[in-house]
Amino acid sequence: MSATAGSLAATLAVACALGFAFGWLLERAGLGNARVLVGQFYFANLTVFKVLFSALVTAMLGAFWLDRAGLLDLGGVYVPETFALPQAIGGVLFGAGLLLGGLCPGTSCVAAATGRADGVAVMAGLVAGILAFNFAFDSLKQLYASTPLGPLTLPAVLHLPPGVVVGMVTVMALGIFTAAHRLRRES
Amino acid sequence: MTRYADPYLAGIGIGAVLLGAYALAGQGLGASGAFASVAAAFTAAAVGTAQATASPAVAPYLPDGLASPLRDWLVWELLGVAAGGFASAWSAGRLAWTTERGPRVAAGPRLAAALSGGVVMGIGAKFARGCTSGQALSGGALLSVGSWIFIVAAFAAAYACAPLARRLWL
Repeated sequence: MSATAGSLAATLAVACALGFAFGWLLERAGLGNARVLVGQFYFANLTVFKVLFSALVTAMLGAFWLDRAGLLDLGGVYVPETFALPQAIGGVLFGAGLLLGGLCPGTSCVAAATGRADGVAVMAGLVAGILAFNFAFDSLKQLYASTPLGPLTLPAVLHLPPGVVVGMVTVMALGIFTAAHRLRRES
Repeated sequence: MTRYADPYLAGIGIGAVLLGAYALAGQGLGASGAFASVAAAFTAAAVGTAQATASPAVAPYLPDGLASPLRDWLVWELLGVAAGGFASAWSAGRLAWTTERGPRVAAGPRLAAALSGGVVMGIGAKFARGCTSGQALSGGALLSVGSWIFIVAAFAAAYACAPLARRLWL
């Protein structure tokens, strides 16, 4: 029992340490500020794209090559299950709410922790929205559970080797970075 | 007040933290799941743990009854996010009691919009089974199809709504 409690405490300490680094870096990049974040959608400030896709590509390339080198077992890493339709609908609602609120769930915590009242408001709204979803779950569950596709990945859908898809996503991200800089020069 | 860091360097750092999460925890980073844990605790406090855990929407967040949120990996990760954000802003001189808003909107309407945006995002994150952290970033890097559906849908919707909300931000 005490061994379990000890390992639980260690796990939660790791969670806290990883979160600390994540929150520090989000704030450093300016993503604790709703005006910086929303600038993305008016082509005024492309920090969101730059941070999101450089982080995504770093983790993707790292996971791919560490797995190849035998240093990380990707088979032991949880891949989210795909539910195509509810995730598309959820994405649309999320994007609309993001533009209205100016902060996503993670960055709302950074904003609130640095004194921003709008961060606190977004956090309160998130809890309220999830509570509303939970109370209405009986009428939403059919849609929520529809189109289940399991832990499906892009290489499986495209019938391509993982390395090729990793290369394609990397090239796409570099294309986005180049376009972002061209846009900035022209404006 | 220090200038913001280079977005690419910050992004590469976040990617490294995410790799650390894959390696040390067997899962990516997340945020909306921690809010779901807190919402589940509120539900249990309001209607009683027995009735709350009878709902399939709440049960996964209450495996140990009301003590669950304090045992939840994501709750501690998000507490870390808040502490890290505070420490960074403090050392950069960016702590401030303020409301970030566009030049043409008062604080009241801005906070109302932030609250409603949070509500809509919370419902969206439940349908999507995650948010920018758990789906877009953590699942996207693992090439999950649902994560990429979420990324495309969320950015398309935000760009489509942007012209309607100019008063709020520009």
